[in-house]
Amino acid sequence: MLRFADPPLKLELPLFSAQVPAGFPSPADDHIEGKLDLNEHLVRRPAATFFVRASGESMRGVGIFDGDLLIIDRGVTPKPDDIVIAILQGDLTVKRLKKVEGQWHLAAENSDYPTLPMGEGDCEIWGVVTHSIRRHCGR
Amino acid sequence: MATFALVDCNNFYASCERLFRPRLRGRPVVVLSNNDGCVIARSNEAKALGVGMGAPMFKIRKLVEEHDITVCSSNYALYGDISERVMSVLGSSAPAHEVYSIDECFLDLDRLGVPDLTDWCRDLREQTLQWTGIPVSVGVGPTKTLSKLANRLAKKSAKAGGVLDLVHHPQWIDAALRKTPVGDVWGVGRRWTVMLEERGIHTAHDFANAPDGWVRQRMGVVGLRTVHELRGLVCHALEDQPPPKQTTCCSRTFGTAIFDRGQVHDAVMSFAERAAEKVRNAGQVAGAVQLFIRTDPFAQEAPQKSVSGSATFHRPTSDTRDIGAAVMRIFERIWRDGFGWRKAGVLLLDLGASGQAPVSLFDIIDAPDDGLMRAMDQINTRYGRGTARLGLAQKDGEWHMRRENLSPSFTTRWGDIPSAKMG
Repeated sequence: MLRFADPPLKLELPLFSAQVPAGFPSPADDHIEGKLDLNEHLVRRPAATFFVRASGESMRGVGIFDGDLLIIDRGVTPKPDDIVIAILQGDLTVKRLKKVEGQWHLAAENSDYPTLPMGEGDCEIWGVVTHSIRRHCGR
Repeated sequence: MATFALVDCNNFYASCERLFRPRLRGRPVVVLSNNDGCVIARSNEAKALGVGMGAPMFKIRKLVEEHDITVCSSNYALYGDISERVMSVLGSSAPAHEVYSIDECFLDLDRLGVPDLTDWCRDLREQTLQWTGIPVSVGVGPTKTLSKLANRLAKKSAKAGGVLDLVHHPQWIDAALRKTPVGDVWGVGRRWTVMLEERGIHTAHDFANAPDGWVRQRMGVVGLRTVHELRGLVCHALEDQPPPKQTTCCSRTFGTAIFDRGQVHDAVMSFAERAAEKVRNAGQVAGAVQLFIRTDPFAQEAPQKSVSGSATFHRPTSDTRDIGAAVMRIFERIWRDGFGWRKAGVLLLDLGASGQAPVSLFDIIDAPDDGLMRAMDQINTRYGRGTARLGLAQKDGEWHMRRENLSPSFTTRWGDIPSAKMG
């Protein structure tokens, strides 16, 4: 027992506490549609969605720059021309997935970087990039 | 017929560690318990090297060096987040589900009308792997106990491809029971295993054929239910809503033995804070609190001691101030100088739903809730645990956990999200 404490000051009884409307209703009441939610806009499958930070220069051609935030949806099955996260030599890497004459390739979007044919087994698609987000003002 | 599935994540903690570190694929990985004490999860490669479950770190150090095993401290922020994702995939695929543990989930597939259940389970497996990166195994049976047994075999057999359905293949049940050691049956603990083995009951098949009266006499109604479930009689239904907890505990083993009163005090006060937070989160209030402190039972040459004390609340509470004050008083009463304390914990007991706390005739009615706890919880939810605290304990004491090989919180902290190369 930890609270011997003070004599009872007041006995509170529950009252009905529903709000009683008063005054004029807002003319906007019938037109409220809820707020815009970025999560809803950017994340279709929360259980399959991951965030990754991009680092490097090889994807400048599609407008992905060093430090951009990427949204990955692993629920999307990769198709040719998707931007993907691929596993290359044990690292997560951003590439453009291509299919040329039946052969899959991982392409950079920057002429300084090579396009790599996808061999059997040594690389794998980790997820499909659905959005990239760049900060334009740091304050 | 009732159709239950048990979905179990394969080597769950090790699989989580691999998700954002593909370099660890195909390599031996072990995860250690809190304070980096002993092995609590192993990748298949680590199992093959002979790393035992529960092996203390100091005993496997040589093996770790020889085979370049990756050792990870347990990262519950990561495992918890990935677990939620897995459960959400499973929950949205099945008519009903019950999250059984961080890496296991029962599904009720009774009302699922699919032409081939094995195919459906394979698709579910594939989807879970694609969406969350976590490999799972699926066992299907006419009872929960048989689904669990099927799961174990699905995982072991290469032929099964991670799925074993005993409902649509009842002819396999007999062989499955014979292949399962009685100690691996759901609900049969170590004590029962010894007792059963001594009486010549070695497999689930032996157990399922034991006479009811004998089982009831030796193992009570709980044991009898297990036997009935092995025979295909449903005794355990899916629990959509887990029963509310009766107790909650926050305890830690310290990184080293602590002799200093102030340090131990700080540790137990922060446990009190955390325990109070837990019951508030569950919408509960506690009727009593217990505090224990003990020395290291493995340090045999050092003096041993274990002390504890408890207090009952006049009115059930979840307020950190009430709980903290109680723990402080107990601490002052039970503290002894001269011992190297190694573990402490705060238990909140006699939990009930908040608002249902019985109010006795002579109760003193509290001042109305001043909202402080709610404000604190909101701040801590938004800015991270421990941002707003009562001045009960110092922030960084010696007692904090040892986690030398902790991986980043890849999915729960912005500063820790994985990076992908563009080179």
